[in-house]
Formats: sequence, C-alpha cells, structure tokens
Amino acid sequence: MVKPVQRLDELVDTEALSPGHSACAGCGAMIAVRQILMAAPHPLIVVNATGCVEVVSTQIPHTAWNIPYIHVAFENAAAVASGVEAALDVLEAKGLGRRHHILVLAGDGGTADIGLQALSGAFERGHRFVYVCYDNEAYMNTGIQRSSLTPLGAWSRTTPAGKLEEKKDLVAIATAHRIPYAATATIFFWKDLVNKVRKAFTFDGPSFIHVYAPCNRGWYFNPAETVRLSKLAVETRYFPLYEVERGVYRINYFVATPKPLEMFLKPQGRFQHLLKPENSHLMEALKQSVDRRWEELVVLSQRGKQAYAAMQG
Amino acid sequence: MQRLHAPVLLSGNDAVALAVKQSDVDVVAAYPITPQTTIVEKLSKYVADGELRARFISVESEHSALSACVGAAAAGARCFTATSSQGLALMHEVMYIAAGMRVPVVMAVANRTLSAPINIHCDHSDIMGSRDSGWVQIFCENVQEAYSRVIQAFRLAEDSRVQLPVAVNLDGFTLSHCYEAVQPLEDEDVRGYLPRRRRVVLDYESPVTMGGLSLPNTYFEIKLEQARALESSKHVFREVVKAYPGEKDGLDVVDVYNPGASVKAVCLGSTAGTLRHVAKTYGFDVGVVNVKLFRPFPREEVLAALSEAGLVAVFDRALSPGAAANPLTSDVKALLYDAGLRKPVWTVVYGLGGRDLTTAVVRKLLEELVEAAYAGRQEARTVYLREVAAW
Repeated sequence: MVKPVQRLDELVDTEALSPGHSACAGCGAMIAVRQILMAAPHPLIVVNATGCVEVVSTQIPHTAWNIPYIHVAFENAAAVASGVEAALDVLEAKGLGRRHHILVLAGDGGTADIGLQALSGAFERGHRFVYVCYDNEAYMNTGIQRSSLTPLGAWSRTTPAGKLEEKKDLVAIATAHRIPYAATATIFFWKDLVNKVRKAFTFDGPSFIHVYAPCNRGWYFNPAETVRLSKLAVETRYFPLYEVERGVYRINYFVATPKPLEMFLKPQGRFQHLLKPENSHLMEALKQSVDRRWEELVVLSQRGKQAYAAMQG
Repeated sequence: MQRLHAPVLLSGNDAVALAVKQSDVDVVAAYPITPQTTIVEKLSKYVADGELRARFISVESEHSALSACVGAAAAGARCFTATSSQGLALMHEVMYIAAGMRVPVVMAVANRTLSAPINIHCDHSDIMGSRDSGWVQIFCENVQEAYSRVIQAFRLAEDSRVQLPVAVNLDGFTLSHCYEAVQPLEDEDVRGYLPRRRRVVLDYESPVTMGGLSLPNTYFEIKLEQARALESSKHVFREVVKAYPGEKDGLDVVDVYNPGASVKAVCLGSTAGTLRHVAKTYGFDVGVVNVKLFRPFPREEVLAALSEAGLVAVFDRALSPGAAANPLTSDVKALLYDAGLRKPVWTVVYGLGGRDLTTAVVRKLLEELVEAAYAGRQEARTVYLREVAAW
C-alpha cells in the first residue's frame, strides 16, 4: 500500500511531458496526462493510442516526451502494451532488459469503441499495466463526432439533433473482466486522481482509470472553465468519483446534495438545445440517467461496505 | 556442414515452429486460423514444456497479434507470429505500421485464399493484398526451405541495414500440412547464426518516441528511406543466405532451372517443384524461374533469367481484378519493358481457392507453350488452368 499524496510537492519533480506541445489552450486531457505522469512510478513506458494526446506531443522531428513512448494505431494500444509487457518480462528473465511500469493512454473512441476488443483481450490475459481512458466524450481529433461515451442528449457533428443513446459504463465493463482495480477520476480532484494512479500501479495485473477530461473545442465552452467543469461534473453527480478494488465498489466523493445538472450543462455549447422547452424530454432523460446511475452506485458501494466489513471479520 | 542428426519427418508448420524455437524468440503473439494454426499450437507447447523461454500471448485477434509483436519488438524482443488469409487481411493496417516503424518482426504466412466465398485452401490472394506494405516477402518451395527461411528471416530482419519485418510464405496445406524429411540445424549453430544485436528500443535510460506524427514536410523522406532499406535488403538477404550454417543450394533470390530453355515459366512457392518435375520428366524445352524473394523484387536476377527466352509464362496464383495484369505478371512485364525487351508474356492463372495443379494439366500447358514459342507467336495470352482433378 502506497502512502497517499497530500501535497503537490510530494509528487515526482521530473516532468515526463515537456511544455511546448501543441495541445489547445485549456485542454483537459493534457492536464490529466500531466497529473498522471507526476504520480506514476518510474521507470515508465507510455503506450498511446491514436488521438489528440498523440498528435499534439509527437510531431516529427520533435517530441514532448522525456520518457520512452510508443504509438502504433488507434484500436490497438492495449495489444501493443501487452507486447511491451511480455517482452520486458522475458528480456529481464534472460538478462537482456528490464521490466518497466507501463501506462496506456487512450481517448474515449480508442477505448470504448474501436479499442474495446483489444482492451478486453488484454484485461482477460491479465497483463500488468495501467490503462487510462481520457474521456472527452467524442472524437475530438477528427472534429467532434459522437462516440459511445458521448452523453445522452449531447450535440456532436454526427448527432446534430442530440445523441439519443446513453453513455457506456466503462468501469462496469472493465470490472466485468475481474481486473484488480478500476476507478474514475478527474482533474479538479487532483489528489484523488494522483492517488488512484499510484494505487493502480501497485497491482500485479491490469488496472483501469476512467478520467474525465473536458474539451473546450468540442464542448464549446470558455477555455478558462476546463477545471471548473471537471469539478461541476462531479458535484452534479454527472461523473461520480469511485473505485472498484477487487470487485468492491467505493464512492470516493459522496455527493450528498448535488448541484443542479444545469450548472454543468449551461456553460457548454453542446447542451444548449437541451435547455430549450421543446427539448425538455431529452433533458429529463439525461437527468434520469444521471440519477439512476448514482443510485446504482450507492447500492453497489453499500454492498461493497458489507463485503469489506465481512472481510475484516 | 556437419550432419549430426538424421533428417526428421516434419510438416511445414512443424518445421516453422521448430525453426522459431531454435531462433530463441522472446515473444509469440498469435491467433488461430487454418492452415496456420498448428504452427502456434506447437509453439505454445514448446513454451509450456519449458523448451522455449518465451511469452506466448494468446491474443483475441490477428490485429492484436501483430500489434503485440510491434510492441514487443519495440521493447527489444525477438518476436514471431503466424497467420493466413482473413487473419492477414485483418493485420493489413498493422503490416504497414510495422514496416514504417522498422520493427524486425518475423511472420509465417501459410497462404490461403480470401473470402468470399469462404474457402480454407491455398492461393496467394492473402499476401498479394499486402504486397505493398513494405515487408520483405519470401516464398518457400518445400518444407526444408520453410525451416531455413524462418531462421534466415530473423537475421535479415534484425540486420541494422534492414530493420524491417519479414514474411515467410508457405503454401497452405501443400506445404503447411505436407510432411517431408527435414534436416534441422543444431541449436548452437542457430544461436551462433542469430546473435543478439543492439538496436534502438523502448528504454527508460535512453528514451525515444516511436510512432510519432509526420506532416507533409517529413513524411515523404521517411517513406523513401524505408523503401530504400527494402530495396537494399536484397544484398543483405544474399549475405544472410551465404552465412547460413545449413544447406543453401537453391536458396538465392531466384532459383533457375534449365536456364537455356526457349520457354521460361515464372512462379512463386511450391508450384516450382511441379513445373520442374514435368519439364524434366517429359524433356520440355522449358525453364523454371522460381522467385524466392518476392519483395524486394529481384529485378536484375529475374531479367537475366528471362532475357534469352522466346516466350515467358507467368504463373499467378492470385487475381488482381480490373488491373492491367495480375500481380506477378505485372512485375515481370514492367521489368521487361524497362529493359526494352519485347517478348510474348502469357499469364497463367491457376490454383485459386486450392484447385490442384496436376502434372497432366501442366504437361498439356507446357506443350502448348513450347509450340507457341517455336512458332514465334508474339501475342500475349491469359490462360486459366481450371481443370478439376478427380477427388
């Protein structure tokens, strides 16, 4: 068990990612990546799926990475990480190399859509790596098309009238593979995020962290609001912070009195149509979906408490 | 060459697996598909029995098989995968990436046709779909060659002048499931032949970024450099064969039988044996030009083999629908044109979906070819050898 980080200066002082990459101002994903890298143990290798983080940090002949980094394609980051993990395991045994910690970074499309098969395969095989999905809720790199993590009701360039389907439950999918650790996190709650990252790296097997990463270009909000939106997403119960350790659910930030969902939706262009009276049914559907998800989590975490108490005897 | 052991009876797939084991690979990532499957079954057993110190990754698709190999190779491992047909098609995307990232992956392809209609038997449609992927592509005539080529492939792929993935093609069933006497090398000879070479890998002490983004200002040069590496791998291939501690007769880039013949039959893979057998048995004035190294295409050597021929017949075991010529024919014709040689070139399409090429069919065709050559007929023809052998 690693000691939880309480203060910023307890994080590693080396920056694995250099400033000067070409991400947009106010990019939530890059804030998340920076926090994750500050918390991750070294020696570390980063495996990245195609997407914004890859595009903004690796433009030949430059690189923003001060640590070994590999990108291969969109849908196969988990498979590539499987190969890296297996290779270093064998090479260390043969005296030809050494094992590194492995961090996989992929967006919502690269994780929940096109990369889901490779991820499921890697989870089932039990490779030791930490897989982070930075979720900005659409294909931002190609210009805001809907993914299976785009929320109900949200506008995107391929849901011009608002998405009619609910967001996939990624942590439940991950947990269904019986992996040792899965969690959600977001950038405002940096202590929660970095401690989850540190914890995730302690397990001898795959861990999964679903990080909420606001995108001002895709959601149409003021770039200065990135961190505040990540806070509001949690405080409205839209994106609950919880973890599932060996099947046991625990809510890490219990939102006893949620702020109105409108506070989270209003600053974002992609939800403007929901605020109109003629679309109240969509707004209602989104609210119900948020409430239902929270209630499910509460039940799961209560069961978790009982399970935990039973384990303690 | 020392012969410490008597030859052993092995199927093509067994021979490939043995070669991979002796090559001391670190990672095998694979997914089952007929007719490749028994290669990786055997490898998983070698690993389970402790005969091969490697990680066997049972991936959930061929796409992930090759992706895992790219990751493993980038991390410094010697790695192997095998596939066929639909599996190769699914790998298509990653094949280009493996070559572009210059990772020395070795893959056996037990050639099988592509759907639809679904069919598990041999032709070369699978690899022809990836012929521009930038891989070194070798075709084997028999089981012994499949064994030797796999070992050579590791040395070729890992050579610092090459650093490219290599595909070793063996005809599905005809070679993959056919048992022949194989003379394997001693383990120590293989180890000596395949030393571990230092190359740039993912390592915390000397970090590199692999698979970066290239814009129009850099992409062109990177791809040209890659293409040049593939071009020059022909010379390295020759060195690799020369240094091979086993039998190397007939293992050059092109193997030519009856070089003075009036008719030249150009082909890939196991068909060379059938053509040679018929030409020899019936004393036809036909030479056989067996192209062993398909990519990079050995232009000088094929041209030299064809320059005196009165008629050339190219045996294509894949279609290129709507194209000016089928794949191998297209290469041969381009070559002759560039050399200013105007010759009648027949395309012989055969064996699609595993249709047998019988000696009777070949005999009839060779007769026709010789007759056309002697008559000085100049027209190009396309022949489809569709006769079905009795089951």
